[in-house]
Amino acid sequence: MEEELKVIVFKLGSEEYGIEVDKVQTIERMMPITRVPKTFSFVKGVINLRGVVIPVIDLRGRFSLPETEYTDQTRIVIVGVDDMQVGFIVDSANDVIDIKRDAIDSPPEVVGGVKARYLRGVAKLEDARLLIMLNLNEVLNKSEVVQLESIEG
Amino acid sequence: MDMNQYLSMFIDESNDHLQSLNENMLQLEGSPEDLGIVQVIFRSAHTLKGMAATMGFEDLASLTHKMENVLDLVRNEKLKMQDFIFDTLFKSLDALETMVQDITEGGEGKADVSSIVASLQAIESGEWTGGTAPVAAVNQSPSTATPSAVELDEFQYSVLDQSIAEGHRVLYVEVLVSEQSQLKGVRAYMVFDLLERSGEVVKSFPTVQDIEQEKFERSFSLYYITTKEAQELEKGIMSISEIESAKVIQLDQETLQQMTNQAAATAEVEAAPVPAPVEASSEPSSSSKEEPKKPVATKTAAPKQAATPSRTIRVDIERLDVLMNLFSELLIDRSRLEQLASETGNNDLSDTVAHLSRVSTDLQNIVLKLRMVPVDTVFNRFPRMIRDLAKTLDKKIDLVITGAETELDRTVIDEIGDPLVHLLRNAVDHGVESIAERVAAGKPELGTVNLRAFHSGNHVFIEIEDDGKGIYRDNLLRTAVKRGVVTEEQGAKMSDDEVNQLLFAPGFSTADKISDISGRGVGLDVVKSKITSLGGNVTIHSTPGKGTNFSVQLPLTLSIIAAMLVRLGSEKYAVPLSSIVETAIVQREQVRNIHGNKMITFRESLIPYLSLSEVFGVPDFNDANEQETEIVVIRKGERLAAVAVEEFIGQSEIVLKSMGTYLPSIEGISGATILGDGQVALILDPNAFIK
Repeated sequence: MEEELKVIVFKLGSEEYGIEVDKVQTIERMMPITRVPKTFSFVKGVINLRGVVIPVIDLRGRFSLPETEYTDQTRIVIVGVDDMQVGFIVDSANDVIDIKRDAIDSPPEVVGGVKARYLRGVAKLEDARLLIMLNLNEVLNKSEVVQLESIEG
Repeated sequence: MDMNQYLSMFIDESNDHLQSLNENMLQLEGSPEDLGIVQVIFRSAHTLKGMAATMGFEDLASLTHKMENVLDLVRNEKLKMQDFIFDTLFKSLDALETMVQDITEGGEGKADVSSIVASLQAIESGEWTGGTAPVAAVNQSPSTATPSAVELDEFQYSVLDQSIAEGHRVLYVEVLVSEQSQLKGVRAYMVFDLLERSGEVVKSFPTVQDIEQEKFERSFSLYYITTKEAQELEKGIMSISEIESAKVIQLDQETLQQMTNQAAATAEVEAAPVPAPVEASSEPSSSSKEEPKKPVATKTAAPKQAATPSRTIRVDIERLDVLMNLFSELLIDRSRLEQLASETGNNDLSDTVAHLSRVSTDLQNIVLKLRMVPVDTVFNRFPRMIRDLAKTLDKKIDLVITGAETELDRTVIDEIGDPLVHLLRNAVDHGVESIAERVAAGKPELGTVNLRAFHSGNHVFIEIEDDGKGIYRDNLLRTAVKRGVVTEEQGAKMSDDEVNQLLFAPGFSTADKISDISGRGVGLDVVKSKITSLGGNVTIHSTPGKGTNFSVQLPLTLSIIAAMLVRLGSEKYAVPLSSIVETAIVQREQVRNIHGNKMITFRESLIPYLSLSEVFGVPDFNDANEQETEIVVIRKGERLAAVAVEEFIGQSEIVLKSMGTYLPSIEGISGATILGDGQVALILDPNAFIK
């Protein structure tokens, strides 16, 4: 079976991540963000995306990676899962590729510090690139965050 | 065939039909002899049945079919409407409503209606004993006379004539319904239905109304413009059961003229003894002794006919939301353009932008109006509710609705139903006295409950007024003191209206214990809090012995509110104007520490002082460093609090936006809005600041 999957590729640090293209609504440049008090630390606030108010989260913060300054390359990837719209702040996003479904392996036990449950798998591309496929439902799962926060806090 | 795409249409239309059935049934209950209403009910039920069957909802179709059978007996004067029949039919409507509700929620519209069906069948077969014997069937001797050509008026003739000239197919159709047919009207209806799918009936004999009411013998004829072949059509009509014969003749200009001439000639002769009505419905060949029936038919059918074609379309509310969003973007661009134009000082540009502003302001009004819905959509379920309630309580109640056309934003309409139900129930249950009490008090047996809606300024008022016993101050106060809502001293000082407001106090919501005295108090605190959460208000006025008036004040819309914009450092927040008492400036030394809480004196009372920058952790402002601080005094019910901010920006109309489902609900924030510069500002929820 040579089923192909279109994937948006974005970077966090040196790692490359992928989200299926049908989950991604648009990719935006950085824009003014209104801080929302009393919420998770990785929630940077809300933006006005063409008249719709959408929360944005820093994906580095979400994965407990060190947060960095935003640059010209920083992008907000707007994803939609079910009827939930969320923007991900990522270091850069500039590629759309086709990968074969059978090129995705199930996630290894430990991958670069990111908790394995956020991963749907790892895709091996040509020239030995590795693409980490995100499990959006887990990334957007709030109940787990609440637990995490209460343990850490 | 995939029916899913029709499902929402089916649900909408079913609800419409159910509503009209309910309304007409109520009307019929008022004048049970009016067969015109029965006709309307029958037609609605019939359409509903057809739709349900097409969509494959068998239970729905079969129940409507049973109702139809009963209604058919009634309209043919073989059965008289009576209480039992009304009750059964109302029960059937309830069952239908439940089924449609089930379908709406993704079910299959199945329900156990066996007892209702049994009752309907008992009525239909006459086994039901409570009733009088069926009225003797009025059977006209069947005539086999086939009417020949139909007379046309000048206009109809020229329509047909021109259609032929333009190459359309004009047909003359004659249909004979089988002698055994039980439901001639339905068969005829099916023929018309078939014909209207692929063309237009220009003229029929007898008139459509008469045919629908079965005021014809076995045959009817009509002129018809279509694209279909005569033969094909004939086959189509014959495929309807209980049609004995169908004659379809294609006409050219010559035959058309011949036919009409001939018809006119016969009509003149036939119509001579009786002055023929202008409507050209005179009968060319069969006897004209049925003329007296005409007025009955037109009287009832005509007004309904005029009311049906409403020039509206259904629009998904989400599309309107998208339109609103796009529109608010346009407004943001507009303000940018205005700014740019004033900076560049180019006259042509300024003129164009000024025009753009005017157009977009008009557009904004229209967009907002699109979301306005008449309160009728909520009110229309009340007559039925009051009827049932009055029946259960054994009271006589007349519900008078006025101002049902008053419009409110969709967002408010969706929320207002439940509180109104509460208030109406209250009026019927506790306000209006029992029949015996009314008679004893010298009032008419029939109690009146007025339900009024009207606009006033930026608000809509909905009033519920009964002519019942009213509220007795002393009784009410005694209970309030007993329940610990107020002390005796406090109560003595209160004005009558203030005492009445006690009904909305939370401690009053335990119904049964207090219903023996003044009566009211069934969850009225819930009503009050719901209405307050909508930005509205509710007041009571009552005259003991004369009745009580509940007046609900509501904002026109929830999606746009007036707000005060405030700034704290680089952040802007919107405070709903409805909860602001006033704004002021306080000096640092006016803020006192009382038992660890900051308080200030405001108008001779001590109110809590809240630092918004602390509550929200604003990074670049803290009022603790200020010598003078701006405060917004907010209100929740009777209680006040002062919220410290850095600066007031000004008052503005803001469009409420949801923050989506991802963020958890945040205490103190009720939503977001987009400001003129495109920035998002959060809206404070003042209720959260006063505990």
